[in-house]
Amino acid sequence: MIRIGDAPGVRRLLIGVALVLTALFLLLPLVAIFAQALMGGIDLYWQNLSDRYTLAAIGLTLLVTLLTVPINLVFGIFLAWLVTRFTFPGRRLLQTLIDIPFAVSPVVAGLVYLLLYGRNGWLGGWLDGYDIQIMFAWPGIVLVTIFVTCPFVARELIPLMQAQGAREEEAAVTLGASGWTIFRRVTLPNIRHALLYGVILTNARAVGEFGAVSVVAGAIRGQTNTLPLQVEQLYQDYNTVGAFTSASLLALLALLTLAAKAALEWRAARRESLA
Amino acid sequence: MIAATLRRQASRRVLPGFGLSLGVTLTFVSLILLLPLISLVGQLSQLSLSQYWFLISDPRILASYRVTLLAAAVAALFNAAFGLLMAWVLVRYEFPGKRLVDALMDLPFALPTAVAGVTLATLYSSQGWVGRWLETLGLPIAYTWVGIALAMAFTSIPFVVRTVQPILEDLPSEVDEAAVTLGARDGHAFRRVILPHLWPALVTGTGLAFVRSLGEFGAVIFIAGGKPFETEITSLMIFVKLQEYDYAGAAAVASIVLATSLALLLVINLWQGRFIRRLHGGGA
Repeated sequence: MIRIGDAPGVRRLLIGVALVLTALFLLLPLVAIFAQALMGGIDLYWQNLSDRYTLAAIGLTLLVTLLTVPINLVFGIFLAWLVTRFTFPGRRLLQTLIDIPFAVSPVVAGLVYLLLYGRNGWLGGWLDGYDIQIMFAWPGIVLVTIFVTCPFVARELIPLMQAQGAREEEAAVTLGASGWTIFRRVTLPNIRHALLYGVILTNARAVGEFGAVSVVAGAIRGQTNTLPLQVEQLYQDYNTVGAFTSASLLALLALLTLAAKAALEWRAARRESLA
Repeated sequence: MIAATLRRQASRRVLPGFGLSLGVTLTFVSLILLLPLISLVGQLSQLSLSQYWFLISDPRILASYRVTLLAAAVAALFNAAFGLLMAWVLVRYEFPGKRLVDALMDLPFALPTAVAGVTLATLYSSQGWVGRWLETLGLPIAYTWVGIALAMAFTSIPFVVRTVQPILEDLPSEVDEAAVTLGARDGHAFRRVILPHLWPALVTGTGLAFVRSLGEFGAVIFIAGGKPFETEITSLMIFVKLQEYDYAGAAAVASIVLATSLALLLVINLWQGRFIRRLHGGGA
Protein backbone atom coordinates (compact mmCIF):
# COMPACT_ATOMS: atom_id res chain seq x y z
CA MET A 1 0.00 0.00 0.00
CA ILE A 2 1.37 3.38 -0.99
CA ARG A 3 0.52 6.44 1.04
CA ILE A 4 1.28 10.09 0.51
CA GLY A 5 4.51 11.22 2.11
CA ASP A 6 5.84 7.71 2.67
CA ALA A 7 9.04 8.20 0.67
CA PRO A 8 11.98 7.86 3.10
CA GLY A 9 13.33 11.32 2.25
CA VAL A 10 10.03 13.10 2.88
CA ARG A 11 9.42 11.13 6.03
CA ARG A 12 12.85 11.87 7.48
CA LEU A 13 12.60 15.56 6.63
CA LEU A 14 9.16 16.01 8.21
CA ILE A 15 10.00 14.04 11.35
CA GLY A 16 13.25 15.98 11.66
CA VAL A 17 11.61 19.38 11.37
CA ALA A 18 8.83 18.35 13.78
CA LEU A 19 11.30 17.11 16.40
CA VAL A 20 13.52 20.20 16.16
CA LEU A 21 10.53 22.54 16.53
CA THR A 22 9.12 20.51 19.44
CA ALA A 23 12.49 20.58 21.17
CA LEU A 24 12.81 24.33 20.68
CA PHE A 25 9.28 25.36 21.55
CA LEU A 26 8.21 22.87 24.19
CA LEU A 27 11.14 20.92 25.62
CA LEU A 28 13.56 23.82 25.99
CA PRO A 29 11.24 25.95 28.17
CA LEU A 30 10.54 22.91 30.34
CA VAL A 31 14.25 22.23 30.82
CA ALA A 32 14.89 25.92 31.48
CA ILE A 33 12.44 25.99 34.41
CA PHE A 34 14.31 23.29 36.32
CA ALA A 35 17.73 24.60 35.29
CA GLN A 36 16.89 28.07 36.58
CA ALA A 37 15.39 26.71 39.79
CA LEU A 38 18.49 24.66 40.56
CA MET A 39 20.95 27.34 39.41
CA GLY A 40 21.97 28.20 42.97
CA GLY A 41 22.33 24.58 44.05
CA ILE A 42 20.02 22.22 45.88
CA ASP A 43 20.46 23.95 49.25
CA LEU A 44 19.20 27.26 47.94
CA TYR A 45 16.34 25.40 46.24
CA TRP A 46 15.18 23.97 49.58
CA GLN A 47 15.69 27.28 51.28
CA ASN A 48 13.51 29.01 48.68
CA LEU A 49 10.92 26.28 48.88
CA SER A 50 10.59 26.57 52.65
CA ASP A 51 10.25 30.34 52.51
CA ARG A 52 7.33 31.52 54.66
CA TYR A 53 5.52 33.24 51.78
CA THR A 54 6.06 30.35 49.37
CA LEU A 55 4.62 27.92 51.92
CA ALA A 56 1.63 30.23 52.41
CA ALA A 57 1.14 30.35 48.62
CA ILE A 58 1.24 26.55 48.42
CA GLY A 59 -1.35 26.36 51.21
CA LEU A 60 -3.69 28.82 49.52
CA THR A 61 -3.34 27.07 46.14
CA LEU A 62 -4.26 23.77 47.81
CA LEU A 63 -7.29 25.33 49.50
CA VAL A 64 -8.52 26.85 46.22
CA THR A 65 -8.10 23.56 44.38
CA LEU A 66 -9.73 21.48 47.11
CA LEU A 67 -12.82 23.70 46.98
CA THR A 68 -12.97 24.23 43.21
CA VAL A 69 -12.57 20.69 41.93
CA PRO A 70 -15.41 19.02 43.93
CA ILE A 71 -17.82 21.89 43.24
CA ASN A 72 -17.19 21.74 39.50
CA LEU A 73 -17.30 17.95 39.57
CA VAL A 74 -20.81 17.93 41.06
CA PHE A 75 -22.03 20.74 38.81
CA GLY A 76 -20.52 19.09 35.71
CA ILE A 77 -22.33 15.81 36.40
CA PHE A 78 -25.67 17.53 37.00
CA LEU A 79 -25.33 19.63 33.85
CA ALA A 80 -24.32 16.67 31.69
CA TRP A 81 -27.22 14.59 33.08
CA LEU A 82 -29.63 17.42 32.39
CA VAL A 83 -28.65 18.16 28.79
CA THR A 84 -28.05 14.58 27.64
CA ARG A 85 -30.98 12.80 29.33
CA PHE A 86 -33.77 15.34 28.89
CA THR A 87 -35.02 17.67 26.20
CA PHE A 88 -36.40 21.03 27.28
CA PRO A 89 -36.62 24.53 25.88
CA GLY A 90 -33.32 26.40 26.23
CA ARG A 91 -31.13 23.30 26.20
CA ARG A 92 -28.97 24.61 23.36
CA LEU A 93 -28.66 27.99 25.05
CA LEU A 94 -27.49 26.34 28.25
CA GLN A 95 -24.81 24.42 26.37
CA THR A 96 -23.60 27.64 24.75
CA LEU A 97 -23.58 29.52 28.05
CA ILE A 98 -21.35 26.96 29.66
CA ASP A 99 -18.67 27.59 27.03
CA ILE A 100 -18.39 31.29 27.88
CA PRO A 101 -15.55 30.90 30.42
CA PHE A 102 -13.42 29.40 27.64
CA ALA A 103 -13.96 32.40 25.39
CA VAL A 104 -13.59 35.07 28.05
CA SER A 105 -10.16 36.55 28.68
CA PRO A 106 -9.14 35.70 32.27
CA VAL A 107 -8.63 39.37 33.08
CA VAL A 108 -12.20 40.08 31.97
CA ALA A 109 -13.38 37.18 34.13
CA GLY A 110 -11.64 38.72 37.13
CA LEU A 111 -13.07 42.12 36.28
CA VAL A 112 -16.72 41.03 36.18
CA TYR A 113 -16.33 39.43 39.61
CA LEU A 114 -14.70 42.58 40.91
CA LEU A 115 -17.62 44.63 39.59
CA LEU A 116 -20.11 42.36 41.33
CA TYR A 117 -18.40 41.66 44.65
CA GLY A 118 -16.20 44.74 44.96
CA ARG A 119 -17.03 47.40 47.54
CA ASN A 120 -19.10 49.33 44.96
CA GLY A 121 -20.72 46.25 43.45
CA TRP A 122 -24.33 45.16 43.97
CA LEU A 123 -23.48 42.16 46.11
CA GLY A 124 -20.22 43.51 47.47
CA GLY A 125 -21.83 46.55 49.07
CA TRP A 126 -24.52 44.41 50.67
CA LEU A 127 -22.03 41.83 51.98
CA ASP A 128 -19.84 44.64 53.28
CA GLY A 129 -22.64 45.52 55.68
CA TYR A 130 -22.20 42.08 57.25
CA ASP A 131 -18.40 42.45 57.27
CA ILE A 132 -18.01 39.73 54.67
CA GLN A 133 -15.20 40.42 52.26
CA ILE A 134 -15.06 38.42 49.04
CA MET A 135 -12.66 40.44 46.91
CA PHE A 136 -8.97 40.64 47.80
CA ALA A 137 -9.47 37.57 49.98
CA TRP A 138 -9.56 33.80 49.44
CA PRO A 139 -13.32 33.50 48.71
CA GLY A 140 -12.88 35.75 45.65
CA ILE A 141 -10.00 33.65 44.40
CA VAL A 142 -12.09 30.50 44.79
CA LEU A 143 -15.04 32.08 42.95
CA VAL A 144 -13.08 33.19 39.88
CA THR A 145 -11.30 29.84 39.77
CA ILE A 146 -14.67 28.08 39.75
CA PHE A 147 -15.71 30.39 36.90
CA VAL A 148 -12.71 29.73 34.66
CA THR A 149 -12.73 25.95 35.24
CA CYS A 150 -16.47 25.18 35.23
CA PRO A 151 -16.72 23.92 31.61
CA PHE A 152 -14.04 21.19 31.83
CA VAL A 153 -15.98 18.33 33.48
CA ALA A 154 -19.21 19.02 31.58
CA ARG A 155 -17.35 19.23 28.27
CA GLU A 156 -15.81 15.80 28.78
CA LEU A 157 -19.08 14.20 29.89
CA ILE A 158 -21.61 15.65 27.43
CA PRO A 159 -20.34 14.13 24.14
CA LEU A 160 -19.75 10.76 25.81
CA MET A 161 -23.14 10.57 27.52
CA GLN A 162 -24.81 11.71 24.32
CA ALA A 163 -23.10 8.93 22.35
CA GLN A 164 -23.91 6.28 24.95
CA GLY A 165 -27.60 7.15 25.06
CA ALA A 166 -30.01 6.50 27.91
CA ARG A 167 -31.09 2.95 27.09
CA GLU A 168 -29.25 1.25 29.95
CA GLU A 169 -30.56 3.76 32.46
CA GLU A 170 -34.11 3.42 31.15
CA ALA A 171 -33.84 -0.32 31.53
CA ALA A 172 -32.76 0.19 35.13
CA VAL A 173 -35.81 2.40 35.75
CA THR A 174 -38.19 -0.25 34.46
CA LEU A 175 -36.53 -2.70 36.83
CA GLY A 176 -37.45 -0.32 39.64
CA ALA A 177 -34.05 1.13 40.52
CA SER A 178 -33.91 4.47 42.28
CA GLY A 179 -32.20 7.51 40.77
CA TRP A 180 -29.16 7.28 43.01
CA THR A 181 -28.77 3.57 42.35
CA ILE A 182 -29.02 4.12 38.59
CA PHE A 183 -26.35 6.77 38.73
CA ARG A 184 -24.02 4.74 40.92
CA ARG A 185 -24.46 1.34 39.25
CA VAL A 186 -25.15 2.21 35.61
CA THR A 187 -24.04 5.74 34.69
CA LEU A 188 -20.92 6.16 36.79
CA PRO A 189 -19.08 3.04 35.56
CA ASN A 190 -19.69 4.16 31.96
CA ILE A 191 -18.39 7.70 32.44
CA ARG A 192 -15.62 6.98 34.94
CA HIS A 193 -12.72 7.71 32.59
CA ALA A 194 -14.15 10.89 31.09
CA LEU A 195 -14.97 12.09 34.60
CA LEU A 196 -11.44 11.49 35.81
CA TYR A 197 -10.08 13.24 32.74
CA GLY A 198 -12.28 16.25 33.39
CA VAL A 199 -11.11 16.36 37.00
CA ILE A 200 -7.45 16.25 35.92
CA LEU A 201 -7.98 19.19 33.56
CA THR A 202 -9.97 21.15 36.16
CA ASN A 203 -7.27 20.53 38.72
CA ALA A 204 -4.45 21.67 36.41
CA ARG A 205 -6.21 24.88 35.51
CA ALA A 206 -7.35 25.58 39.09
CA VAL A 207 -3.79 25.33 40.36
CA GLY A 208 -2.37 27.43 37.56
CA GLU A 209 -4.93 30.17 36.94
CA PHE A 210 -3.19 33.53 36.87
CA GLY A 211 -5.00 36.33 35.00
CA ALA A 212 -8.38 36.11 36.74
CA VAL A 213 -6.86 35.46 40.15
CA SER A 214 -4.41 38.33 39.91
CA VAL A 215 -7.29 40.77 39.36
CA VAL A 216 -9.22 39.71 42.48
CA ALA A 217 -6.34 38.73 44.79
CA GLY A 218 -5.02 42.20 45.53
CA ALA A 219 -1.44 40.93 45.96
CA ILE A 220 -1.25 40.78 49.74
CA ARG A 221 2.02 38.96 50.38
CA GLY A 222 1.61 35.79 52.39
CA GLN A 223 -2.18 36.10 52.40
CA THR A 224 -3.72 36.20 48.92
CA ASN A 225 -0.83 34.96 46.81
CA THR A 226 -1.44 31.67 45.06
CA LEU A 227 1.57 29.84 43.66
CA PRO A 228 1.39 31.42 40.17
CA LEU A 229 1.11 34.89 41.76
CA GLN A 230 4.09 34.06 43.95
CA VAL A 231 6.05 33.22 40.79
CA GLU A 232 5.18 36.63 39.37
CA GLN A 233 5.99 38.54 42.53
CA LEU A 234 9.40 36.93 43.01
CA TYR A 235 10.18 37.46 39.33
CA GLN A 236 9.28 41.17 39.56
CA ASP A 237 11.54 41.39 42.65
CA TYR A 238 14.42 40.09 40.48
CA ASN A 239 14.57 36.95 42.63
CA THR A 240 14.85 34.70 39.55
CA VAL A 241 15.93 31.58 41.42
CA GLY A 242 13.09 32.01 43.90
CA ALA A 243 10.55 32.55 41.12
CA PHE A 244 11.68 29.46 39.27
CA THR A 245 11.65 27.41 42.48
CA SER A 246 7.90 28.02 42.75
CA ALA A 247 7.57 27.61 38.98
CA SER A 248 9.30 24.21 39.17
CA LEU A 249 6.60 22.96 41.55
CA LEU A 250 3.93 23.99 39.05
CA ALA A 251 5.91 22.47 36.17
CA LEU A 252 6.19 19.21 38.10
CA LEU A 253 2.43 19.21 38.53
CA ALA A 254 2.00 19.88 34.81
CA LEU A 255 4.18 16.86 34.03
CA LEU A 256 2.09 14.73 36.38
CA THR A 257 -1.02 15.97 34.60
CA LEU A 258 0.40 14.97 31.21
CA ALA A 259 1.40 11.56 32.54
CA ALA A 260 -2.05 10.95 34.03
CA LYS A 261 -3.69 12.02 30.79
CA ALA A 262 -1.44 9.76 28.70
CA ALA A 263 -2.14 6.82 31.01
CA LEU A 264 -5.90 7.34 30.73
CA GLU A 265 -5.73 7.55 26.93
CA TRP A 266 -3.58 4.46 26.74
CA ARG A 267 -6.05 2.47 28.84
CA ALA A 268 -8.96 3.70 26.74
CA ALA A 269 -7.18 2.74 23.51
CA ARG A 270 -6.38 -0.71 24.87
CA ARG A 271 -9.96 -1.35 25.90
CA GLU A 272 -11.10 -0.29 22.46
CA SER A 273 -8.72 -2.70 20.74
CA LEU A 274 -9.86 -5.53 23.04
CA ALA A 275 -13.53 -4.85 22.40
CA MET B 1 -46.81 29.09 33.77
CA ILE B 2 -43.34 28.09 32.64
CA ALA B 3 -42.96 26.06 35.81
CA ALA B 4 -46.25 24.30 35.12
CA THR B 5 -45.20 23.48 31.56
CA LEU B 6 -41.89 22.15 32.76
CA ARG B 7 -43.59 20.04 35.40
CA ARG B 8 -45.98 18.61 32.85
CA GLN B 9 -43.08 17.71 30.59
CA ALA B 10 -41.12 16.27 33.49
CA SER B 11 -43.94 13.93 34.46
CA ARG B 12 -43.64 12.32 31.04
CA ARG B 13 -39.92 11.74 31.44
CA VAL B 14 -38.71 8.25 32.10
CA LEU B 15 -35.49 9.00 33.93
CA PRO B 16 -35.48 10.61 37.37
CA GLY B 17 -33.62 13.73 38.43
CA PHE B 18 -34.93 16.31 35.97
CA GLY B 19 -36.06 18.80 38.61
CA LEU B 20 -32.96 18.35 40.75
CA SER B 21 -30.46 18.67 37.91
CA LEU B 22 -32.34 21.62 36.41
CA GLY B 23 -32.36 23.35 39.79
CA VAL B 24 -28.69 22.77 40.51
CA THR B 25 -27.65 23.78 37.00
CA LEU B 26 -29.74 26.94 36.83
CA THR B 27 -28.61 28.06 40.28
CA PHE B 28 -24.97 27.49 39.38
CA VAL B 29 -25.21 29.12 35.96
CA SER B 30 -27.02 32.15 37.36
CA LEU B 31 -24.66 32.68 40.27
CA ILE B 32 -21.34 31.82 38.65
CA LEU B 33 -21.86 32.87 35.02
CA LEU B 34 -24.77 35.22 34.49
CA LEU B 35 -24.74 37.45 37.56
CA PRO B 36 -21.09 38.55 37.10
CA LEU B 37 -21.60 39.13 33.38
CA ILE B 38 -24.72 41.19 34.06
CA SER B 39 -22.71 43.30 36.49
CA LEU B 40 -20.54 44.32 33.54
CA VAL B 41 -23.64 45.52 31.70
CA GLY B 42 -24.70 47.33 34.87
CA GLN B 43 -21.40 49.14 35.07
CA LEU B 44 -21.57 50.10 31.39
CA SER B 45 -25.13 51.42 31.65
CA GLN B 46 -23.82 54.21 33.86
CA LEU B 47 -21.88 55.60 30.90
CA SER B 48 -23.27 57.78 28.15
CA LEU B 49 -22.57 56.75 24.59
CA SER B 50 -20.02 59.50 24.05
CA GLN B 51 -18.25 58.63 27.31
CA TYR B 52 -18.15 55.00 26.23
CA TRP B 53 -16.77 55.93 22.83
CA PHE B 54 -14.14 58.17 24.44
CA LEU B 55 -12.98 55.31 26.69
CA ILE B 56 -12.69 52.66 24.01
CA SER B 57 -11.08 54.87 21.36
CA ASP B 58 -8.27 56.32 23.45
CA PRO B 59 -5.11 56.27 21.24
CA ARG B 60 -3.18 54.10 23.70
CA ILE B 61 -6.06 51.60 23.79
CA LEU B 62 -6.33 51.64 19.99
CA ALA B 63 -2.61 50.85 19.78
CA SER B 64 -3.16 47.92 22.16
CA TYR B 65 -5.91 46.50 19.90
CA ARG B 66 -3.47 46.66 16.97
CA VAL B 67 -0.65 44.94 18.88
CA THR B 68 -2.99 42.25 20.24
CA LEU B 69 -4.62 41.50 16.87
CA LEU B 70 -1.34 41.44 14.96
CA ALA B 71 0.47 39.21 17.44
CA ALA B 72 -2.54 36.87 17.79
CA ALA B 73 -2.84 36.57 13.99
CA VAL B 74 0.86 35.76 13.59
CA ALA B 75 0.68 33.24 16.47
CA ALA B 76 -2.41 31.56 14.97
CA LEU B 77 -0.83 31.30 11.51
CA PHE B 78 2.37 29.87 12.95
CA ASN B 79 0.34 27.28 14.84
CA ALA B 80 -1.70 26.43 11.74
CA ALA B 81 1.55 25.35 10.02
CA PHE B 82 3.25 23.85 13.08
CA GLY B 83 0.08 22.12 14.28
CA LEU B 84 -0.62 20.60 10.88
CA LEU B 85 2.95 19.31 10.66
CA MET B 86 2.78 17.81 14.16
CA ALA B 87 -0.60 16.19 13.55
CA TRP B 88 0.69 14.69 10.28
CA VAL B 89 3.91 13.39 11.79
CA LEU B 90 2.14 11.95 14.85
CA VAL B 91 -0.55 10.17 12.83
CA ARG B 92 1.37 9.00 9.75
CA TYR B 93 4.85 8.07 10.94
CA GLU B 94 6.46 5.85 13.54
CA PHE B 95 9.61 7.04 15.27
CA PRO B 96 11.30 6.57 18.66
CA GLY B 97 9.90 8.87 21.31
CA LYS B 98 6.62 9.41 19.46
CA ARG B 99 4.45 8.85 22.54
CA LEU B 100 6.54 11.39 24.45
CA VAL B 101 6.23 14.01 21.72
CA ASP B 102 2.48 13.35 21.58
CA ALA B 103 2.14 13.89 25.33
CA LEU B 104 4.33 17.01 25.19
CA MET B 105 1.87 18.65 22.77
CA ASP B 106 -0.48 19.27 25.72
CA LEU B 107 2.20 20.91 27.86
CA PRO B 108 1.00 24.48 27.12
CA PHE B 109 -2.44 23.61 28.54
CA ALA B 110 -1.05 21.87 31.60
CA LEU B 111 1.61 24.44 32.41
CA PRO B 112 0.32 27.54 34.23
CA THR B 113 0.49 30.56 31.93
CA ALA B 114 2.48 32.63 34.43
CA VAL B 115 5.14 29.91 34.50
CA ALA B 116 5.24 29.87 30.70
CA GLY B 117 5.47 33.67 30.78
CA VAL B 118 8.47 34.00 33.09
CA THR B 119 10.22 31.09 31.38
CA LEU B 120 9.87 32.53 27.87
CA ALA B 121 10.86 35.98 29.11
CA THR B 122 13.99 34.50 30.70
CA LEU B 123 14.87 32.38 27.65
CA TYR B 124 14.42 35.18 25.14
CA SER B 125 15.84 38.12 27.12
CA SER B 126 19.18 39.51 25.95
CA GLN B 127 20.93 37.35 28.58
CA GLY B 128 18.81 34.25 27.98
CA TRP B 129 19.88 31.00 26.31
CA VAL B 130 18.07 31.78 23.09
CA GLY B 131 17.78 35.56 23.28
CA ARG B 132 21.55 35.99 23.51
CA TRP B 133 21.97 34.24 20.16
CA LEU B 134 19.17 36.05 18.41
CA GLU B 135 20.38 39.41 19.71
CA THR B 136 23.76 38.99 17.99
CA LEU B 137 21.83 38.21 14.80
CA GLY B 138 19.99 41.51 15.24
CA LEU B 139 16.67 39.86 16.20
CA PRO B 140 15.55 41.07 19.62
CA ILE B 141 12.51 39.08 20.79
CA ALA B 142 11.85 40.20 24.35
CA TYR B 143 9.99 43.51 24.69
CA THR B 144 8.86 43.47 21.03
CA TRP B 145 5.60 42.32 19.44
CA VAL B 146 7.48 39.23 18.18
CA GLY B 147 7.91 38.17 21.80
CA ILE B 148 4.19 38.66 22.38
CA ALA B 149 3.39 36.52 19.34
CA LEU B 150 5.82 33.86 20.55
CA ALA B 151 4.16 33.68 23.96
CA MET B 152 0.71 33.52 22.35
CA ALA B 153 1.89 30.79 19.98
CA PHE B 154 3.20 28.74 22.91
CA THR B 155 -0.06 28.79 24.84
CA SER B 156 -2.21 27.89 21.83
CA ILE B 157 -0.14 25.08 20.24
CA PRO B 158 -2.51 22.27 21.28
CA PHE B 159 -5.58 23.71 19.54
CA VAL B 160 -4.57 22.94 15.94
CA VAL B 161 -2.80 19.65 16.74
CA ARG B 162 -5.73 18.27 18.72
CA THR B 163 -8.43 19.30 16.25
CA VAL B 164 -6.63 18.05 13.12
CA GLN B 165 -5.20 14.84 14.60
CA PRO B 166 -8.48 12.86 14.95
CA ILE B 167 -9.65 13.86 11.44
CA LEU B 168 -6.37 12.68 9.97
CA GLU B 169 -6.61 9.41 11.91
CA ASP B 170 -10.08 8.74 10.49
CA LEU B 171 -9.04 9.43 6.89
CA PRO B 172 -9.25 6.10 5.01
CA SER B 173 -6.11 4.96 3.15
CA GLU B 174 -8.13 4.75 -0.09
CA VAL B 175 -7.92 8.54 -0.25
CA ASP B 176 -4.14 8.28 -0.49
CA GLU B 177 -4.19 5.35 -2.86
CA ALA B 178 -6.51 7.04 -5.30
CA ALA B 179 -4.27 10.08 -5.47
CA VAL B 180 -1.05 8.10 -5.76
CA THR B 181 -2.31 5.63 -8.38
CA LEU B 182 -3.50 8.56 -10.46
CA GLY B 183 0.13 9.62 -10.52
CA ALA B 184 0.05 12.72 -8.38
CA ARG B 185 3.25 13.87 -6.69
CA ASP B 186 3.29 14.16 -2.86
CA GLY B 187 2.90 17.91 -2.56
CA HIS B 188 0.22 18.08 -5.23
CA ALA B 189 -1.67 15.09 -3.86
CA PHE B 190 -1.57 16.52 -0.34
CA ARG B 191 -2.90 19.86 -1.47
CA ARG B 192 -5.61 18.52 -3.73
CA VAL B 193 -6.71 15.37 -1.92
CA ILE B 194 -5.82 15.47 1.79
CA LEU B 195 -6.07 19.16 2.58
CA PRO B 196 -9.74 19.52 1.55
CA HIS B 197 -10.59 16.87 4.18
CA LEU B 198 -8.54 18.58 6.87
CA TRP B 199 -9.48 22.13 5.97
CA PRO B 200 -12.50 22.52 8.32
CA ALA B 201 -10.61 21.14 11.31
CA LEU B 202 -7.59 23.26 10.47
CA VAL B 203 -9.66 26.44 10.26
CA THR B 204 -11.50 25.60 13.50
CA GLY B 205 -8.28 24.88 15.37
CA THR B 206 -6.61 28.02 14.04
CA GLY B 207 -9.67 30.08 14.96
CA LEU B 208 -9.66 28.72 18.51
CA ALA B 209 -5.93 29.44 18.78
CA PHE B 210 -6.61 33.00 17.63
CA VAL B 211 -9.42 33.55 20.17
CA ARG B 212 -7.28 32.13 22.96
CA SER B 213 -4.36 34.37 21.94
CA LEU B 214 -6.53 37.49 22.02
CA GLY B 215 -7.31 36.90 25.68
CA GLU B 216 -3.95 35.55 26.80
CA PHE B 217 -2.47 37.44 29.72
CA GLY B 218 -0.11 35.52 31.99
CA ALA B 219 2.16 34.16 29.28
CA VAL B 220 2.41 37.47 27.44
CA ILE B 221 2.92 40.26 29.99
CA PHE B 222 6.40 39.21 31.14
CA ILE B 223 7.93 39.07 27.67
CA ALA B 224 5.97 42.12 26.43
CA GLY B 225 7.66 44.63 28.69
CA GLY B 226 4.69 47.03 28.54
CA LYS B 227 5.99 49.85 26.36
CA PRO B 228 3.04 52.22 25.73
CA PHE B 229 1.83 52.21 22.10
CA GLU B 230 4.27 49.41 21.22
CA THR B 231 4.00 46.28 23.36
CA GLU B 232 0.88 46.76 25.46
CA ILE B 233 -1.83 44.16 24.93
CA THR B 234 -5.50 44.94 25.56
CA SER B 235 -5.78 42.61 28.59
CA LEU B 236 -2.93 44.53 30.18
CA MET B 237 -4.74 47.83 29.57
CA ILE B 238 -7.77 46.48 31.47
CA PHE B 239 -5.51 45.33 34.27
CA VAL B 240 -3.76 48.72 34.48
CA LYS B 241 -7.08 50.57 34.56
CA LEU B 242 -8.27 48.35 37.42
CA GLN B 243 -5.16 49.11 39.44
CA GLU B 244 -5.92 52.80 38.95
CA TYR B 245 -9.49 52.13 40.21
CA ASP B 246 -10.83 53.25 36.81
CA TYR B 247 -13.63 50.67 36.85
CA ALA B 248 -15.68 52.38 34.14
CA GLY B 249 -12.72 52.47 31.74
CA ALA B 250 -11.81 48.85 32.49
CA ALA B 251 -15.41 47.73 31.94
CA ALA B 252 -15.66 49.63 28.65
CA VAL B 253 -12.51 48.05 27.20
CA ALA B 254 -13.49 44.66 28.63
CA SER B 255 -16.82 44.85 26.81
CA ILE B 256 -14.94 45.18 23.50
CA VAL B 257 -12.74 42.17 24.31
CA LEU B 258 -15.73 40.14 25.47
CA ALA B 259 -17.86 41.00 22.42
CA THR B 260 -15.02 40.19 20.02
CA SER B 261 -14.24 36.80 21.53
CA LEU B 262 -17.91 35.81 21.82
CA ALA B 263 -18.57 36.83 18.20
CA LEU B 264 -15.54 34.85 16.99
CA LEU B 265 -16.57 31.82 19.02
CA LEU B 266 -20.06 32.01 17.57
CA VAL B 267 -18.70 32.21 14.01
CA ILE B 268 -16.43 29.21 14.61
CA ASN B 269 -19.32 27.19 16.09
CA LEU B 270 -21.72 28.07 13.26
CA TRP B 271 -19.11 27.32 10.62
CA GLN B 272 -18.23 24.02 12.25
CA GLY B 273 -21.92 23.14 12.55
CA ARG B 274 -22.48 23.83 8.87
CA PHE B 275 -19.53 21.64 7.96
CA ILE B 276 -20.68 18.77 10.15
CA ARG B 277 -24.16 18.94 8.60
CA ARG B 278 -22.65 18.86 5.12
CA LEU B 279 -20.51 15.91 6.09
CA HIS B 280 -23.35 13.82 7.51
CA GLY B 281 -26.01 15.01 5.09
CA GLY B 282 -28.34 16.93 7.37
CA GLY B 283 -29.38 16.06 10.93
CA ALA B 284 -26.85 16.45 13.76
